[in-house]
Amino acid sequence: MLLLWIIAAIIVIVLLAFIFIYNSLIVLQRRVNNAWAQIDVQLKRRADLIPNLIETVKGYARFERKVLNEITKARTALLKAKSPAEAAKAESSIASALKTIFAVAESYPKLRASENFKALQEEFATTENRIAYARQFYNDSVMEYNTAISIFPNRIVASLFGFKPREYFELPEESRARKAVKADFSDLA
Amino acid sequence: MNFYEQIALNKRKTFLLFLVFFFLAIAIGLALDYITGFGFIMPFVAIFAFIYAFISYKFGDKIVLAVSRAKPAVGKEFRVLHDIVEELCIAAGLPKPKVYYMPEEAINAFATGTNPNNASICVTLGALKKLNREELAGVVAHELSHIKNYDIRTMMIAAVLVGFTVWISDILLRSMWFSSSREDKNSLLIVLGIVLALSAPIVAQLIKLAISRSREFLADATAVQITRYPDGLANALEKIKLEAIPMRSASNATAHLFIANPFKGKGQFLANLFSTHPPIDERIKRLREM
Repeated sequence: MLLLWIIAAIIVIVLLAFIFIYNSLIVLQRRVNNAWAQIDVQLKRRADLIPNLIETVKGYARFERKVLNEITKARTALLKAKSPAEAAKAESSIASALKTIFAVAESYPKLRASENFKALQEEFATTENRIAYARQFYNDSVMEYNTAISIFPNRIVASLFGFKPREYFELPEESRARKAVKADFSDLA
Repeated sequence: MNFYEQIALNKRKTFLLFLVFFFLAIAIGLALDYITGFGFIMPFVAIFAFIYAFISYKFGDKIVLAVSRAKPAVGKEFRVLHDIVEELCIAAGLPKPKVYYMPEEAINAFATGTNPNNASICVTLGALKKLNREELAGVVAHELSHIKNYDIRTMMIAAVLVGFTVWISDILLRSMWFSSSREDKNSLLIVLGIVLALSAPIVAQLIKLAISRSREFLADATAVQITRYPDGLANALEKIKLEAIPMRSASNATAHLFIANPFKGKGQFLANLFSTHPPIDERIKRLREM
């Protein structure tokens, strides 16, 4: 009789453990999904700032036409993108076009001094930081989730209910950002 | 040691310190029962501790902000500060706390609030003027870490435990006056009881300060986890170290909240034992090794 009770107690405890583990895995998985979506929020914020930047900079008459066209083209490509791969390509064109604009703006002292432009510089700087931190937080969430489904005894529950590991956010191999930055100051001498 | 190991180490240390606290309290409780034979002191202590904790919990952050003369950080000149706070909240996965500033020349900052949904951080004008963006980010990340790790709540619990220990040590001492002459108790135990009652308040304070220092190291390590840039905070601490300006509106009650000890220029070894913060040099050293 006592043996029956002990077995029943063990079964109940194991069941409760399963429920607890399953719930915590679900929470971690949702966090990963949310973190991924947050990256897009920051990318959109950056794209939305671009028209304002173009307006501010256009007024300085001789500002390089080519540079402005580049960023307009990149933003249009983003709005028209139909797949995540196309969107990612457009995002990286935007990133490099922005770098060019701010580099060129350095040689226009009146533009540099304008309050509008300075405010925009801060806006873009903070947006780049937010994009980076959003990706960092996504990777942190992925690490937490991947660890949680791999350790014992969680991995039993994970394989029973089909929890698969998620991928880290990584720059593609050929991406320009991966190449080491070569600083050439020889023409300053 | 990297920041993951630092975080784990400091969490274990805090746990052990609370354990010691717990046993200290039990020892006093047992001594009390042995000497007096009373059974009803505990409920009074519990009610008192509960009221104290409730008031600190509900109004603690407003009290601290008022005492420190903090004002809401509104206006264009605080633009960068708000940007930094928002960026780091994304990295930390925290909701954005309320942001305040203190009209002080010294570089310092504190965080208050018992959980991430009701938190506030405050930065001095000196910090905003003298730190560059990475250094300010390091300081803000340190404060956000206090919120994220529930340090304010932890220190409140520690403070309540100290209050409790002080009170019942006092009761223990008084009760010995009344009962030792009546019954035939082991005099060695009585002496031990007296030693315990006299030293317990000091030991409790030392434990609370040790917990505070442990949480400071933890906040440094968690800040690095948020920014992934230890030099930012390390450089800010270097700047703080070089300053000799004491703060006008800090007090003993709020000292533990600040990022750096607001009472500068005190002694050496003994000061460290009684300090709410670890020595700045040690903090910088650990950060550079991450």
